[in-house]
Amino acid sequence: MTEPHDILFRTLADPTRRALFERLCREGEKTVGALTAKAGVSQPVVSKHLGLLKQAGLVRDRHEGRQTHYSAQLSALAPLVDWTGQMTRFWESRFDDLENLLRRMDQ
Amino acid sequence: MNTQIRTVVVEREIAHPPEKLWRALTQPHLIAEWLMRNDFAPVIGHKFTLSGDWGSVECDVLAVEPGKTLTYTWNHPHADPAFDLRSVVSFTLTPTGSGTLLRMEQSGFRPEQKQAFGGARHGWEQNFTNLERVLAELE
Repeated sequence: MTEPHDILFRTLADPTRRALFERLCREGEKTVGALTAKAGVSQPVVSKHLGLLKQAGLVRDRHEGRQTHYSAQLSALAPLVDWTGQMTRFWESRFDDLENLLRRMDQ
Repeated sequence: MNTQIRTVVVEREIAHPPEKLWRALTQPHLIAEWLMRNDFAPVIGHKFTLSGDWGSVECDVLAVEPGKTLTYTWNHPHADPAFDLRSVVSFTLTPTGSGTLLRMEQSGFRPEQKQAFGGARHGWEQNFTNLERVLAELE
């Protein structure tokens, strides 16, 4: 069960990779060249990081001519978020307030 | 990919009769005291908004059976499909010897979906804190 989490955490733990992923999230699809221009590292290094992001399911690549375009896959982050747990806590907390209210209401 | 739809169920034994609980679930000024600000009306097809400090939830009344069942949609539209929540909330009231069993079922979450309220987690918590303070002052 923890394995997908481990891969996501390990992949995003590296600041260069995280910066690449965040940029794809913010700015949408980009080519390797465009990403390299602002990454502060060489193109082979960027390509290596993109490969690891792809393995983790965090980015998707699309080939067009000689260019490879990368885009972020936000849904890959879903295992990190326990939203059913959050909604359960939300309703439990609402019900606390509901009971509180009922105690103050007449009849 | 897993396409199973997920459901959240919260049940509680409430020490009050169904009629009284029904009022708290359907009268706007009472709903505002425990859930959120709203323009609710217990009429099938009525569209209303639940508003919190962090944003709002779009609702549409689907079923009303006084004292027994209340169902409405609970939608939180978002451009990113991972955040876009289309769900249905259903309250069921069952009389017990000493009060009412209240069951809330919220269904429609997709497994690939992140928690539907985006970065609003802090907003929710803030909301609860405010509400608890208001309630404490009323008592």
